[in-house]
Order: sequence, then structure tokens, then C-alpha cells
Amino acid sequence: MNINLTIIGQAIAFAIFVIFCMKYVWPPITAALAERKKKIAEGLDAADRAERDLQLAKEKAAADMRQSKEEAAAIIEQANKRANQIIDEAKDQAREEAERVKASAQAEIEQEANRAKEALRAQVAVLAVAGAEKILEASIDEQAHAQLVEKLAAEL
Amino acid sequence: MASESGTLTSSEYISHHLTNLTFGKLPAGTTRYDGSVVGEGGTWTFAHGTEAADMGFWAINVDTMFWSIALGLMFVWMFQKVAKSVTDGVPGNTQNFVESIIEFIDENVKSIFHHKNDLIAPLSLTIFVWIFLMNAMDLVPVDWIPFVASEMGISYMKVVPTTDVNATLGMALSVFGLIIYYSVKEKGVGGFLAELSLQPLGKWMLPFNLFLELVGLFAKPVSLALRLFGNMYAGEMIFILIALMPFWIQWILSVPWAIFHILVITLQAFIFMVLTIVYMAMAHDHH
Repeated sequence: MNINLTIIGQAIAFAIFVIFCMKYVWPPITAALAERKKKIAEGLDAADRAERDLQLAKEKAAADMRQSKEEAAAIIEQANKRANQIIDEAKDQAREEAERVKASAQAEIEQEANRAKEALRAQVAVLAVAGAEKILEASIDEQAHAQLVEKLAAEL
Repeated sequence: MASESGTLTSSEYISHHLTNLTFGKLPAGTTRYDGSVVGEGGTWTFAHGTEAADMGFWAINVDTMFWSIALGLMFVWMFQKVAKSVTDGVPGNTQNFVESIIEFIDENVKSIFHHKNDLIAPLSLTIFVWIFLMNAMDLVPVDWIPFVASEMGISYMKVVPTTDVNATLGMALSVFGLIIYYSVKEKGVGGFLAELSLQPLGKWMLPFNLFLELVGLFAKPVSLALRLFGNMYAGEMIFILIALMPFWIQWILSVPWAIFHILVITLQAFIFMVLTIVYMAMAHDHH
């Protein structure tokens, strides 16, 4: 167990290894560790943010869905209303049309009746004159009696 | 194990395993292991037996230096390779391994040392991994490397650098130097001296305080060095003793002891590191 120069040799070797370690080993490795720590923190942060975004998107989708359902319901309701309205309108029109047709038909009938009356009246006059001629068996001045006959016909 | 004399007694085997390969200068007039006497001017040679003691301070334990530097290079090579190709994306296996060690060290440093100093963390990393690797040489069966070395003509080979008190003391004294340096740097010479002399009992007990604090100060590197050395030396000694038993029974003892030693080598490296961080923190703290 002799104390000798080895002490100094060891001290020198020790110093060299420590300095080497301090210059070329420790800084790059700890820097990489710190960098990785930062990366992981960022990654976790991003994951959190993504989750939050997803939540928001889900909520927004649900809201959109609800809104569009409401809109669809409104549209359907409106369409139903409009259909009823159209049907009512059509019914009204049909009724009007029917009435109009009926009215015109009635007017025509009346006209026909009048015309028939007119024709009848004219013939009645002739008939009356002829009848009177026959009854009187005499020739009557047509001219003199025409006025009378016409008056009679008008009274018919 | 094998030596010039052929067969070895148990004590020779043990002392052989506990002798470093020392290179130094034998002074003139020393009687060598083979009976010859060193001539005028001394001679530079590898020590045999107890000759290392005659060489005094100016000798070097070649095996300690070789293994510690080789393991240290292994450490910086591996870590630097990772550091060069480091990615903040998905790490590979080696990077993962290195990162887990670095994070472990970083956590320890941050929990103990609260000042700004870029040296402390790399210092702790080096201490932990390097001492761990040196200690781990303990788990290589005690005869393997010395046997290969003796086949290559190297008669002594102690492969666990931390069982050499020079290695542990070298590191502990480096740490001690840093303690002094940072104490002076953070508090100034006056502040440091005041800290050594004016507490715990106030200025009227200055000599007593100084004595107490100086003992405490010098106990730091000595305890740091001797704790690691003692633990590893004792562990190695037990491996050597186990190796003296018949080969068919050795594993019954050596396997449990080796498994237990996995804990010891890690723990000792960890203790050395934590105490270094604590001492550094104390050097930075103002009392």
C-alpha cells in the first residue's frame, strides 16, 4: 500500500474525463432531454386542444342538426298549409265556375223562352185573325182590324 | 497466480494478488528480490515483491493507471457517441440507457445542489460511472486477467483500480481541491477563513473552532477515499480468499458474494458521487 505518483496520475485522468464530460457529453444530452420534454408538453397540449375542438364541433353539429330539423318541420308545415289553401282556392273557383255556368244556362233558357213566346205571340195574332175571319166568314178589312188584333196579341 | 517460483503458498497467493504493478526507480544500494544489489545511480524497473516500498513516491502503479484510464475512455467513448447522435425524437437503446443514467444523476444533483454551477453535474456523472466501472472490475474472476498478464510476462496485475488507495485518494484530493476552490471563490478568502474559525463557538474560542473545522475539512477527502478503498479492498480480499478454496466449492460462496457485490459497487459509486455533491453544495453555501 504505497502512496505514489499514481495519485497525481489519477487526479489528472479524473480532471480530463470530467472536462471532456462537461464539454462534449453533458450539454448535448441534457439539451436533447429538455427539447424532448418540450415536444411532449406541446404534443399533450395539442391533444387537449384537439379534444376541445372536437367537443365544440360536436356541439355545433348537434345545434346545426337541431336547427335544420326545425327548418324542415317549418317548411313541411308551410307546404301543408299552402296545399290546403290551394285546395280551398280550387274549390272556390270550381264553385264559382259552376255558378257561372248555371247562370249562363238559365239566361239562355230565359232567352229561348222569350223567343218562343215572341214567336207564339206572332202566330197567335195570325191565328186569331184567321179565326176571326172564319168566325165572321166575312172579309174584314185587315187594315182596319190589324190594330185591334195587335193590341190583343200584346195582351197575351 | 503463476509466478517464477511455481507453486505458491496461500499467503504468497494473497499478497501477490494485492500487489500493484509498480514502475519506479530503485535507489542505489537496494537489495533486489533476486539478491542482486542496485548499482550506482539506481535503476528504473518494475517492482517485485516489496520493492515498491523502496521506490518511494516517484513510482507509478501501471496497472491502476491502465485499467482506470481504459475504463474512463470506455465511459467517455460510449457517452460521447450518444451525445453526438443524440435525438430529441424516439431514442435508441444506447441513448435510452445513457439518458436514464443522466437523468438519475441530474435528479440527484438538483435535489442536493441548489446553486448555479455547470461543473457539478458532469463531475457527478463522471464520478458515478467511472467509479462504477472501476468497481465492476471486481466481478471479473480474480485469476483471469492476472493469469493472462502473467502469460504475457507481466508478473503483477491488480485489475480493480479502486482497490488501490492511490486511485481513490487521487479522486478524493481532486474533489478536495474543488471544495477549497469553490469555498474561496464563493466566500472569498476571508469568508472561508471566518467559516473555519468563527464557528461553532464564536470568536472567543477561535483556536478550538479552527481545530474542529480543519479536522472536519480534512476528514472529507480522507473519508471519501478510504471508504471507497476500504470497501473495494475488503470485497476483493474476500474474492481472493474464496479463490483459495477447492474449485468445486468456490461458486457456493463466490456467486452470492458477487451478487451482493453488484449492490456494493453501485452503492459505493453512488455514495462517492452524493458526498461529492454534498461537499460542493457546502462549499457554495454561505453560513
